[in-house]
Amino acid sequence: MLAIHGISKCYGQTVALHPATISFIAGKTTALIGPSGCGKSTLLRLLVGLIPPDQGIIQFDGEELREDNLQAIRRRLGYVIQEGGLFPHLTARDNISLMASRLDWSDSQIDERLSELCSLTKFPRDGLNRFPAELSGGQRQRVSLMRALMLRPKVLLLDEPLGALDPLIRADLQRDLREIFRAAEATVILVTHDMGEAAYLADSIVLMRAGKIVQQGLFQDLWRQPADEYVTEFINAQRSPLETMTVEGEAQ
Amino acid sequence: MNSNVSNRARKSDLCKRAQSAGWSQRQTEAGYSRPGGVMAIMLMILLIGMLGCGDQEVRFGAKLFPESQILAEMLWHLSTSAGGEGPRPKSVGDTRVVWKALLEGEIDAYVDYTGTIREETLRSENLTTDAEVRTALASRGILMSDSLGFNNTYAIGMLESEAARLGISKISDLTQHPDLKFGFSTAFVDRQDCWPALQSSYGLPQTDVSSMEHAIAYSALADGAIDVLDLYSTDAELASETYRRLEDDRGVFPEYNAVLLYRQDFAEAHPEIIKELLTLVGRISEEEMQRLNTRVKVDNKVAVRVAGDFLISEFPELRPQIQQQFRQRDTSLAQRIGEATLDHLSLVGVSLLAAVLVGVPSGVISARYQRLGQIVLAAVGIVQTIPALALLVMLMVPLSYLEVTSIGAIPAILALFLYSLLPIVRNTVTGLQSIPPAVRESATALGLTSFDQLRFVELPLASRTIMAGIKTAAVINVGFATLGALIGAGGYGEPIMQGITSQNYGLIMEGALAAAGLAVVVQLLFEGLELFVVPKGLRITTAK
Repeated sequence: MLAIHGISKCYGQTVALHPATISFIAGKTTALIGPSGCGKSTLLRLLVGLIPPDQGIIQFDGEELREDNLQAIRRRLGYVIQEGGLFPHLTARDNISLMASRLDWSDSQIDERLSELCSLTKFPRDGLNRFPAELSGGQRQRVSLMRALMLRPKVLLLDEPLGALDPLIRADLQRDLREIFRAAEATVILVTHDMGEAAYLADSIVLMRAGKIVQQGLFQDLWRQPADEYVTEFINAQRSPLETMTVEGEAQ
Repeated sequence: MNSNVSNRARKSDLCKRAQSAGWSQRQTEAGYSRPGGVMAIMLMILLIGMLGCGDQEVRFGAKLFPESQILAEMLWHLSTSAGGEGPRPKSVGDTRVVWKALLEGEIDAYVDYTGTIREETLRSENLTTDAEVRTALASRGILMSDSLGFNNTYAIGMLESEAARLGISKISDLTQHPDLKFGFSTAFVDRQDCWPALQSSYGLPQTDVSSMEHAIAYSALADGAIDVLDLYSTDAELASETYRRLEDDRGVFPEYNAVLLYRQDFAEAHPEIIKELLTLVGRISEEEMQRLNTRVKVDNKVAVRVAGDFLISEFPELRPQIQQQFRQRDTSLAQRIGEATLDHLSLVGVSLLAAVLVGVPSGVISARYQRLGQIVLAAVGIVQTIPALALLVMLMVPLSYLEVTSIGAIPAILALFLYSLLPIVRNTVTGLQSIPPAVRESATALGLTSFDQLRFVELPLASRTIMAGIKTAAVINVGFATLGALIGAGGYGEPIMQGITSQNYGLIMEGALAAAGLAVVVQLLFEGLELFVVPKGLRITTAK
């Protein structure tokens, strides 16, 4: 479905991404995880074509991503970023349906799809007439998801979609996301720095560090057979402080 | 060639009036509710203006001072009495502008002075006698009458009290008082036959010489800022006892005989009107002209009436026609302001529309290609630093090469257009560049084409800033457009200029207050327009 072969990217003297090769499993969710600056967001931006790679190729459905087919391929991708990136001057409805109406979808087609998306993302229909400034942070991310899913993309790319949300709203949306991914039947690539989120949402995890892929596999593989010490260190560092406290209390 | 130019030039001037009329009608019908509508209307007005109108009107011009205006009104009265049809004379600007208007056929006749033609208009030809002047004019298709009867030459004057105290009666007496401060009109300082000639013939030792507008020099003299000024021998001020004219005891000043200049093709087409105009030859003495100037400058009478009264006393047989003309042509204050407002609005409106049509796309391109953008911004910025008056004059040169009329509304609109570009281009660039990168990337990632990104995302998001730039340009334009009067473009500048030259503060206020009022109206109008142009989502302040 989506594959990269030897993709790399430098910003001046800094290597953001060393040559990487990954085959993303069709219809499954892959999490790109790692600390800040590990190259996970760079990789995602390369996949959307927001920045060009220095070398290597990106293949989408067997087709190589090039300057001339970029726009067409983008319409088969959905892209969600941390703050939503919603257009502040358009209502939720217009944000979601802008591209569809540019592609000459009829009003009834658009309406029908909006209904599907509202129930999928559990977004109240009357919220569609609100402007982004009138919505809560969680609602904005749901609108952003609907916008990404509007054209029924085969690939959904999310860059820390829950990063800016309160813990309760975050837990809520996290639960819903799993259902949304399943229902969308898309190949999902999710960038996060939260191992719990990755383990909960993703079928497969790609752990990155300093522009390189450290290990790729199921959470259980990373947990039981870490490729090096860093993997264990990264997982342990993210264990909930609450959990640690309980363990200590039992020991006493 | 001359008649071609003449026809074309006339069209453009008439068109200006067609524009004004169209504008007012449209304004009431459609209002300003939709920017698209306003644009369409303004385009239509432009088109109507360019197609146009051709006829055989008689037109007279005047320079921006009362004497020239009185004489032009006399020409109009005489022409109208002889059956000529045409508008009241227009004060189009200084010597250079009126002369150009005559050459280009915008006007058919005006009164000038032999000295001015010799020393200014045709200076490069080094003419000395009236016969030489006549020949040089004829080669340009222009004829010159004999003197109308007075010599409005330069003179040197002081306050009577001051002159009496210092015992000065002749110019040569000035050599005894090297500390006196001189304030001369710009032309007087520049012309070889004026200050330079005076200085060398009399050996004047004074070094404190400043140049200023002639009408202002009298105030400066009264305030004691200067002691000596240049004046014209027919100045109204000389009729009073306040001023003393110093005797030119060495006869330095040349003759400035008032003469009628008129187009040859016009004389051939309308011999009966020219015959009527030429009855003025030899009829106006220096004292008479002084008296007429006094009636305008001191008694605040309108030039058309002063001119008519003189003609009635001089040619009693014209009384019925001229009184008829008074009734028809006396304009009320409301009418005057109304006409000036229409002229002013069409100057501002057309130039602003053109600036929006050019400035916004330039801003879009400049925001996208930053290297090019810096060049564009530098270019429009440089235009902004050129003084308005200099820009108007600079534009006259290329326009006259292009055989487009170089006076009137077109150059004024062009200058205003150039001035409007900076705020519009700059705000478009700023508005586009301040869009958050996340929003821009989202638009790209959706797969929108770059034109759609611009149309549906970037321009709406930048609209508030762009509108602010257009508003700034509009308000500045309302002020700058008053300078259009210097080149005969009409508008509120006309009463201001006339008020300055005739020291009539009522007239100055008439133009200045109207311009200030219009600026406020324009400001409010654009604030209303913002409600339609700036998307609702950007006007929401209650976040979250």
